[in-house]
Amino acid sequence: LLKNFETSFTKMLTGRNTAVLLASLGVGGAATSYLMSDSSTLSAEERRKLYPPSSDFPDLRKHNNCMASSLTPAIYSKLRDKLTPNNWSLDQCIQTGVDNPGHPFIKTVGMVAGDEETYEVFSEIFNPVIKDRHNGYDPCTMKHPTDLDASKITSGMFDENYVLSSRVRTGRSIRGLSLPPACSRAERREVERVVVQALSGLTGDLSGRYYSLGEMTEKEQQRLIDDHFLFDKPVSPLLTCAGMARDWPDARGIWHNNEKTFLIWINEEDHTRVISMEKGGNMKRVFERFCRGLKQVEHLIQERGWEFMWNERLGYILTCPSNLGTGLRAGVHVRLPKLSKDPRFSKILENLRLQKRGTGGVDTAAVGDTFDISNNDRLGKSEVELVQLLIDGVNHLIDCEKRLEKGQDIKVPSPVAQFKK
Amino acid sequence: MPFGNTHNQLKMNYSAEQEFPDLSKHNNHMAKVLTPDMYAGLRDKQTPSGFTLDDVIQTGVDNPGHPFIMTVGCVAGDEETYDVFKDLLDPVIEDRHGGYKPTDKHKTDLNSDNLQGGDDLDPNYVLSSRVRTGRSIRGFCLPPHCSRGERRGIENLSIEALSSLDGDLKGKYYALRNMTDEEQQQLIDDHFLFDKPVSPLLLASGMARDWPDARGIWHNDNKTFLVWVNEEDHLRVISMQKGGNMREVFTRFCEGLTKIEGLFKEKGHEFMWNEHLGYVLTCPSNLGTGLRAGVHVKLPNLSKHESFGEVLKRLRLQKRGTGGVDTAAVGGVFDISNADRLGFSEVELVQMVVDGVQLLVDMEKRLEGGQSISDLMPEQK
Repeated sequence: LLKNFETSFTKMLTGRNTAVLLASLGVGGAATSYLMSDSSTLSAEERRKLYPPSSDFPDLRKHNNCMASSLTPAIYSKLRDKLTPNNWSLDQCIQTGVDNPGHPFIKTVGMVAGDEETYEVFSEIFNPVIKDRHNGYDPCTMKHPTDLDASKITSGMFDENYVLSSRVRTGRSIRGLSLPPACSRAERREVERVVVQALSGLTGDLSGRYYSLGEMTEKEQQRLIDDHFLFDKPVSPLLTCAGMARDWPDARGIWHNNEKTFLIWINEEDHTRVISMEKGGNMKRVFERFCRGLKQVEHLIQERGWEFMWNERLGYILTCPSNLGTGLRAGVHVRLPKLSKDPRFSKILENLRLQKRGTGGVDTAAVGDTFDISNNDRLGKSEVELVQLLIDGVNHLIDCEKRLEKGQDIKVPSPVAQFKK
Repeated sequence: MPFGNTHNQLKMNYSAEQEFPDLSKHNNHMAKVLTPDMYAGLRDKQTPSGFTLDDVIQTGVDNPGHPFIMTVGCVAGDEETYDVFKDLLDPVIEDRHGGYKPTDKHKTDLNSDNLQGGDDLDPNYVLSSRVRTGRSIRGFCLPPHCSRGERRGIENLSIEALSSLDGDLKGKYYALRNMTDEEQQQLIDDHFLFDKPVSPLLLASGMARDWPDARGIWHNDNKTFLVWVNEEDHLRVISMQKGGNMREVFTRFCEGLTKIEGLFKEKGHEFMWNEHLGYVLTCPSNLGTGLRAGVHVKLPNLSKHESFGEVLKRLRLQKRGTGGVDTAAVGGVFDISNADRLGFSEVELVQMVVDGVQLLVDMEKRLEGGQSISDLMPEQK
């Protein structure tokens, strides 16, 4: 069907001269002669008429990402000429997915938001993508629960013979400012200003300092690298094709508290990434600090008339649809020498709704027997639920490891219930 | 991005000062020229197709440059860019093209009869000869800005025009997204295949969007005339062959270009050209002729001589490694080509290469024989 559209359209373009073409599009005589007088100056409006959506539909035949799975010519046709109030377009949302066909085994999302309104204006493509990525979550009918009450967490202290470190991260966007793929330099600087000002109001164990990427000294840079805090200019084409690395390193920076247990990245892949971490297995304390810090930052920006992007359908709004809802990844570095070699390991993780990564983060392989184990889900379950799932899951894995150490057998646990059930 | 003035209006909510890029660590032509006042004066403008100042300069903001190499740091999204943003681009052009003024006129001369000599560069030294240029099709946006529909339109027009070539120029088109493994390997072995750009200079300008959609390579059966479609420009046209007969290469180049231009005109399309900037291409560095005529030449002795750099400078030539721009020479073999693009005609530039390379080879032979070259030192052209 696509080939037919293309052929008949391009026949028009190559077979006739522009005057005849314009006439056939219903452009009147006077207008035609105006346009023909300087045949190069077609305005954006005229260009839109000359190129129907069918001529622009991307070739997704070799693609394997959520966007390519859901985008049809009909949806594209309907949405191509729409713009969000900030003038963000569908083509800009999907560019990263068009440029990066994906991997036969890993399904990437393939689209990004340019602002909060993106999820509404282009909901016809974002909703099926969200459903695909988040296990059937339907933004039209479901509500996302937000719960940052860390006191509800139980058994949050791991056996430190196995768990080496604990970490929780999420993202937050500042309502009213465009997201990293779309923001202008002034907007990005405004995000930096708003957030840094708020962070300077943190006190006690959360009091800390900001390091701007463009201005840090070499010594500061080295120290941040040694602490594993420094983020670098994105090299992944998934991010660069989405325009997130523009104007690097302008208005990018890192804030962390003096104790190095609470860290904020500014203007990397999202407006902010918030990270609570410490060595050892006290996940409850990590999460407690996480919630407290987030609430205090929220309060501090609200004092100045700002707020986070959030709604009850999608929870916290972030750049990538994969991070909607909680945007939360809670994880540990844990030693599992015996369990990791057991053929049931993957199935156990799957049923516990956990994922494994190498200790270098996503896309790295495990070194030795130490794994990064974290929650799979982001949307449809609250922060408390997800952290509790992680805690229960990791405790179960450690239990399995201990059993295997003693030569006992282990069982694959039944799958954790999904929200849709 | 096409069809929109994508958030140009939104930026007007912030002052020019708030939006002005931080160019303190930058060393490219754009950064040298762009002042806060200039930015303020141009930032609410856009071309009819919606290309804005920030679109023009994004690649230069993202790529501060190199302390020793001066990159351009701006690109055009359409033909009108050079007019709407002339306050920025005129000084950039002047700086890049040896003082070319906004009032200067550029001469186009694609009559290969006007070339003198050039058919007898010593093939013991000159291994291959090549001439390339680019062409843009009027009415279409350029690679940083074009939509998929436009890019496909360019591809289809090009295929139609090229398929009408006959005789020595008869050939075949290979679309990048459709080629078989065998075809791909053959094109790699022939050194014809171009790959998705990896240079951040190109990526940051948006030229690699939608790769490999509507990109392809056409070449004649004799493998001496090659056209790249929708890489860094709408068309890149290359004539090449082994040995030192630059005259034949240039003759085929001119004939082919003239024929292609005629075929496009039959279909109601022309190339972007005007008498001030000559042929209009994506990067300001390629304006005028867009022509790079070069040879791969063996200069093991001369390249070690202390005057090598000065000789090239006076001859208005530049050296590169045989892998192209940004590569180093291997085994004393250099890629020597004209340094200029604008302000000289095609014939004049090829003449400079022909005469210059002849002299370089003469110098090489002298040094081989242990003789001095000081009497051969040229005047500054």
